[in-house]
Amino acid sequence: MKEAQKIFSRPRSLRNISTHYCGGCGHGIAHRLVAEIVDELGIRERVIAVAPVGCAVIAYDYWDFDCSEAAHGRALAVATGIKRVRPQNIVFTYQGDGDLAAIGTSETIHAANRGENVTVIFINNAIYGMTGGQMAPTTLLGQRTATTPAGRQIGVHGAPLKISEMLALLPAVKYIERVSLHSPQEVLKAKSAIKRAFQSQIDNLGFSMVEVLSACPTYWDMPPKKALDWIRDVMSKEFPLGRIK
Amino acid sequence: MAKVKIDIEKCKGCFLCVSFCPKRLIKPDSKLNRRGVRPAKMEIDSQCLGCAMCAVICPDCCIEIYK
Amino acid sequence: MKSKSRQKEIKKILMTGNEAIAQGAIDAGCRFYAGYPITPQNELTAYMARCMPDSGGVFVQSESEVAAINMVFGASCAGARSMTSSSSPGISLKQEGISYIAGAELPAVVVNIMRGGPGLGNIWPSQSDYFQATRGGGHGDYHSIVLAPSSVQEAYDLMFLAFDLADNYRNPVMVLGDGILGQMMEPLQVTSHKSQVTGQKAVVCLPIGKATSQKTWALTGCEGRNPNIIKSFRMKEGDLEKLNLALQKKYKAIRQKEARFESLFLEDAKIIIVAYGTMARIAKGAVGMLRAKGKKAGLLRPITLWPFPEKVFKDLQARNSKLKTLLVTEMSYGQMLEDVKLALDGKLKVEFLGRAGGGVPTEEDIIRKAGKIL
Repeated sequence: MKEAQKIFSRPRSLRNISTHYCGGCGHGIAHRLVAEIVDELGIRERVIAVAPVGCAVIAYDYWDFDCSEAAHGRALAVATGIKRVRPQNIVFTYQGDGDLAAIGTSETIHAANRGENVTVIFINNAIYGMTGGQMAPTTLLGQRTATTPAGRQIGVHGAPLKISEMLALLPAVKYIERVSLHSPQEVLKAKSAIKRAFQSQIDNLGFSMVEVLSACPTYWDMPPKKALDWIRDVMSKEFPLGRIK
Repeated sequence: MAKVKIDIEKCKGCFLCVSFCPKRLIKPDSKLNRRGVRPAKMEIDSQCLGCAMCAVICPDCCIEIYK
Repeated sequence: MKSKSRQKEIKKILMTGNEAIAQGAIDAGCRFYAGYPITPQNELTAYMARCMPDSGGVFVQSESEVAAINMVFGASCAGARSMTSSSSPGISLKQEGISYIAGAELPAVVVNIMRGGPGLGNIWPSQSDYFQATRGGGHGDYHSIVLAPSSVQEAYDLMFLAFDLADNYRNPVMVLGDGILGQMMEPLQVTSHKSQVTGQKAVVCLPIGKATSQKTWALTGCEGRNPNIIKSFRMKEGDLEKLNLALQKKYKAIRQKEARFESLFLEDAKIIIVAYGTMARIAKGAVGMLRAKGKKAGLLRPITLWPFPEKVFKDLQARNSKLKTLLVTEMSYGQMLEDVKLALDGKLKVEFLGRAGGGVPTEEDIIRKAGKIL
């Protein structure tokens, strides 16, 4: 028998430990995709990550490269400081919807508008996971959360915030794509988008961001597969997939 | 022929691999792992195509594929 | 980074306190500055915008004070000597970042050119942020080292000390001035400096982009080493207590080694005026005038507000048995007063004279009050 070759395994840049994420949570896939791209681009030794506050707060325990924390919402200010003094490094932030599009909206918009040559991996799961399932800026209309027990209503809570479309208006933003993790095919597309975003930074083009629609089975109160189907059937209708800029 | 290796101790039993295996070869195991969940188990190794759909969708990086 | 010939040259230039702080920072190797406009420190930001790029450094006008301090967090993570500046309301906004910098044990310098408060207050000089500066300011059990210059020259000089202390202790350092010091113009001598920190070699800041060999903890990419992580988050049981104990140990060392003060006539004074920063200049004038009238006044000026120079206060009675009273003067309502009382532990009488919200006690006010006490 011919010796079998390993065709899929854990990337070098992802530490061989269990994550604290709930079963079916999209963070694990997104972490792995970032690690795969870092390996494929050969940038592990010059990448610097900025972890958020939220469920992914200890992302630095999972990635095997240099990482910093940032206060809630401030990841892009921290990334600005790092990249400006070490332009030869590849700097990215990994942020959730509350971090990037609520408490950190100002830092997000202005880092993008300055054209900071950094990459953002924006995990949109339409909820605050870490704190117990409260309404996020991206929560869908009608979606029930801990703080919208009767569902999000436009007249009371506002509409889901489409930060990617907003950022696409800024001239210094060079690449934005919205992807989803709701099936293996979509995961592979997400990986291509993340690769393009990092390549954009390597080529010194300016601000790049990938918005990743990701499941939170726990606070959506759905089994994992149903959560993925909900992204496909409901969430991606509100947040259409594809290249935004 | 391909071989799927599942790290059962890392498996959290979300069974996305079970759902996305095009040939439905992966099933929930009958035994519990140390986490107390039923991990995914490759039932019919011989029919595996090595398409890696299970590994690609696995949120916990539990699956290695050999071909 | 200065050439040898430039180091030997002794320059005298006329500068405002704000500009001297900026130039001092650049000369001390600061290579990253982020700030947001606020009066009365705008000249500092403008000077940085003008001069930082020529020095091979980075200037960023941030979208807010919150962003500025977090950019400093990032630049410091990456190994650069980094600073931000603001005035009172802006410093309140920076407290989140300062707490994170303290928790992550990063070096950083924050300049506060104080104005009147509370709230938006006004743009007149004040010393009302003493509590905020010396007690931590943000959440958690931490301290910033606080330096209080009282002249343009000292403002320049203390920037070297500020960056040395920040690097050596991996701790935030605040330089606390006020609107008068920031706006006031005085002749300034720019000279070469060595590290003023006892027993520690100065950490030299290398140009942007170069690895800082002395900052082995910095984020530079993990080539040839294990990955570095910079964080203040300690979730594992016992970890946060361990960090806090390490911080307390560091603060104890700083208390023992880094307290600084200036004094006049401590040996024979019957009354000692205690003041810092701009207020100490006024107090010094009053002491001179009192002495001219034959009244035995002295001056004690803390240069470090945290650590507070407790020992000199504790030793006063033993040094000078004729000393009866200390008169604490502030452009605030009795903030440093508490530290003076704590240091004296009830052993000497302490009187207070203070104004705030733009009011500044004058030499005459001090002389009048001292006259009543004597």
